[in-house]
Amino acid sequence: MTINTLSQDGVQRQQMSCLTKMERMVISMQDPDMGIKLRNQRLLITVIPHAMTGADIVEWLIKKCSISDEEALHIGQIFVKYGYIYPLKEPRNLILKVDDSPYRFQMPYYWMSTRWPASELDYAIYLAKKNIRKQGELIEYEKECYNALHKRINHTWDFVVMQAREQLRASKQRRKADRIVLKCQEQAYWLVNRPPPGTLDSIDHGPERRTMNTRVQLNAEFYKKEIEHNRISLARNRVKSSICLESYVKYCEQYQPHDPIMQGCLPSIPWITDDIMFWNMNCETVAVPTKLRVERWSFSFMELLNDPMGRKEFLTYLKKEFSAENLCFWQACEDVRHGETSKIPEKVDEVYKQFLTPGASRWVNIDSKTMEKTLEGLKRPHRFVLDDAQMHIYFLMKKDSYPRYLKSDLYKNLFARAIVPQETKKSVFPFMRRQRHSSPSPALATQAAEDDGKAKNSNSFKSNSGTASRR
Amino acid sequence: MGEMEQLRKEAESLKDEITAARKAVQDLTLQDHVAGTAVVGRVQLKTRKTLRGHLSKIYAVHWGDSKLCVSASQDGKLIVWDSYTTNKVHAIPLKSSWVMTCSYAPSGNMVACGGLDNMCSIYNLKGKDGNVKVMRELAAHTGYLSCCRFLNDNEIITSSGDCTCVLWDIETGSQKTVFAGHLGDCMSLGVAPDFNTFISGACDFTAKLWDIRDGQCRQTFGGHESDINAIGFFPNGNAVITGSDDASCKLYDLRSDQELITYQDSGIMCGVTSLAPSLSGRLILAGYDDFNCNIWDSLKAERVGVLSGHDNRVSCIGVTPDGMACCTGSWDSFLKIWN
Repeated sequence: MTINTLSQDGVQRQQMSCLTKMERMVISMQDPDMGIKLRNQRLLITVIPHAMTGADIVEWLIKKCSISDEEALHIGQIFVKYGYIYPLKEPRNLILKVDDSPYRFQMPYYWMSTRWPASELDYAIYLAKKNIRKQGELIEYEKECYNALHKRINHTWDFVVMQAREQLRASKQRRKADRIVLKCQEQAYWLVNRPPPGTLDSIDHGPERRTMNTRVQLNAEFYKKEIEHNRISLARNRVKSSICLESYVKYCEQYQPHDPIMQGCLPSIPWITDDIMFWNMNCETVAVPTKLRVERWSFSFMELLNDPMGRKEFLTYLKKEFSAENLCFWQACEDVRHGETSKIPEKVDEVYKQFLTPGASRWVNIDSKTMEKTLEGLKRPHRFVLDDAQMHIYFLMKKDSYPRYLKSDLYKNLFARAIVPQETKKSVFPFMRRQRHSSPSPALATQAAEDDGKAKNSNSFKSNSGTASRR
Repeated sequence: MGEMEQLRKEAESLKDEITAARKAVQDLTLQDHVAGTAVVGRVQLKTRKTLRGHLSKIYAVHWGDSKLCVSASQDGKLIVWDSYTTNKVHAIPLKSSWVMTCSYAPSGNMVACGGLDNMCSIYNLKGKDGNVKVMRELAAHTGYLSCCRFLNDNEIITSSGDCTCVLWDIETGSQKTVFAGHLGDCMSLGVAPDFNTFISGACDFTAKLWDIRDGQCRQTFGGHESDINAIGFFPNGNAVITGSDDASCKLYDLRSDQELITYQDSGIMCGVTSLAPSLSGRLILAGYDDFNCNIWDSLKAERVGVLSGHDNRVSCIGVTPDGMACCTGSWDSFLKIWN
C-alpha cells in the first residue's frame, strides 16, 4: 500500500516507499503454501492460533532470499521494528529472537501504511481504554501523553471516553483468545507509532520534503527551455557503453594496488596496527618517495600535478628543458582561479607581466587566437579570464613534456630509488601498544621517521618494522 | 492552451528520441562485459574507532584529510575530530541546532554547515586567537540547506530544499551563480575531481550535471523511482553514482549519457542515505535506513560486504582521501571508523 500525502503545496508525494517493499515480502511470508508454517502457540494458559517462532521467521528468510543467518535476522528485525510482526511473550520489547519465542503477523488494518499518520484521536481512545480497564495500567510516558492529549483535545473528550467505553463493552463479548489477540495487536500498533521515549522511532524520516517545485510553473516558457535542453542533449556525442565499461574496468585494475580497503598497504594500515609509518613515509617533504607513489604519477597528468612532490620533480625536469615557465604559468592560473576574489585583478596583472607580455621573462607560447582572446579579457579581469590560456598550456604539457618526463632518466632514476616499505606485522603482545602521537609536522617528517624507527626497534620484540629498506 | 500542449508534446517526443539515442550505444550488457574481471571476494571491515561525543542524531560527516573529519549533529554541535586519536580538535556550538550538512575545506582552514536555518555558515578554524568563529553566513536560500561543498577557500557550492544549487563567493557573501532546474528539493551534491563541474541529486528523482563556469545544466539522468538522497563521482570523474529512497544505487556514465549499472537486491528494502566509492572505485560503500552499510562491487553489481554496528539509520558515510578508511555517522549519535 502506498502512502500518498497531500503536502502543503497541494501535491501528492509518496512517503516511506520502503513500506511497499516490506509489505510485499510480508504478504509472501503469509502465503498459505510457500509462506511460514503457522501453528498454535501457548501463551501462559491461553492458546494463540496462527503464530510462529522467531526461528521459523529467520529460517524462512534464509531459504527465500538465499542469505546468511545474520542477514535474515537483520531483515526479520526490520519487520518487527516497523510493526508487521509482533512478539507475544515480551510485547514491549520489539526485537526478533531466534528461538522458540512466539510471534504473530500484524493484521493489515494495523499496518503503518493503512492508517497514516497515526491519529491523535485514536491514541487518546486507546489510552482512555487502558485507563478505564485498569487504574494504574498506564505507564509513566503514557500518563504524560494522556494528560497532554486531555489538554489538547479537551473539546472532544466526551467523545473519546464514550468511544473507549463502547469499544471495551464490545470486546467483552468476544472469546478470551480473540480478545487477547486484539489487545496484543492494538498494543503493538501503538508501540510502533507512539514509541516510548528512548526507544527507536521507526516513523521518523527526517525533515519534510517536496516533489514539485511550485515556483516552477509548467508553462510555455518552461517547455521552451526543456525543448532547447533536449535538442542540445539529443545532438551530443554518445560513446558506446562497452567502451565506457571497459574504461572502468581498466581504472579499477590500475588503482587496485593503491586502494588500501581492497588490498591493504605497506608498511601497514595505521588503523589496524596503530603504526603511522605509512603516513610518515608518504608525506609531502619526505626525502625518498615510495614506489607506488612515483608509479601513480604515470597514471595521468592530473595525478602528477596533484602531488606536490610530483610537481616539484616535474619542474626540475622542465627547467632542464627550458620550459619551466609553462608549469609556473599553470600554477599562477590555478592561484587566480581558486584564490580570493579581491586579489584577482592584481594577480592577473602579475601573470600578464610575467608570462604574457611580449618579451616577458617567462613568456609562454600560446597560439595567437587564444592570446588575442585572453588579452581582450584582461581588460575586465575575472576568475576565469585565464582559463583558455591555462587550458592551452595544460594540454601542451600533457601531450609533450609529460610523456617525455615519464621516459626521462630523472623519472626512471627516482623510480629506481623509490622504496617499497617492509611490512609491519601487528604486534603479537597487545599490551605492548605503541605510543600514539599526533603526526609530526611535515618539516620534521624525515627526522621523526628515523627516530620512530629506532624507538620501535627497541620497544617491540616480534614486529619487524624498522627503517624502510632500499631496493 | 493549445500552444503549451504542443510544446509539451514536442519536449516529450525529443525525450523519446534521446532515450532511443541512448539505447543505440548500448552495445554490450554489463554482465557480458565484466565476465572476465576477477571477483572481489568477501570484504570484511571492522570498526577500528568509535567517536563518541555527540548527544543526538548525526546528520553529516566529511573528511578533511586522512585523519581529520568534521561531523554535524542535531545536538547543535559541529565537531572536528582527529579520528585516529579520537580526540575532539574543535567542538563548535551552532546558532541553529537543526543542522543537516557539513563540509571541510580542502585547505583545512575552514568548515561549513547549514540546515533548517536556510543558511550556510562558514567557520574559520585557523583564527588568530585560536577560537573558532563564524566567518560568514551565506543567506539567500528559501529552503533548508541539504548539502554544501567547498571548491576552495573562496568558493562554496550549496544545495537546498528550495530546488536550487548556488555557487557563493565566501569573501563577499554573495551568490555568484544559481543553478536552477530541478523540480524537487535538492538533497545532495558532489564536485568533480577536476573542479569544473558538479552533480546534484533531488526529490524529482533525477540527477543533474552542472557546469560551474556558465551555470548550465549539461546532462540530466533519470531512472530512480524515488528521491535521490546521495550522490558522488566515480573516482575517474566519468560517472555519477546515486543512492535513492527506492533502495537502489545507480551508476550513470557521462560519456554514453545513460544509466549503466544498478545496485539493488530483493533483500534490501530501506532507502540509501549516503554513499562513497573506495579509492579505486571498485567498491561502493552505501549507508541505508536499515542501520547497515552495504559494500557493492561496482563492476559486478554484487554485494560483497556489510558494515553493521549502528543502532539507528546510517545517515552519512565518507572515505578518506588516501582511501585508507571509511567513516559512518548515524542517528544513534556515534561515528565509526572502519577498515
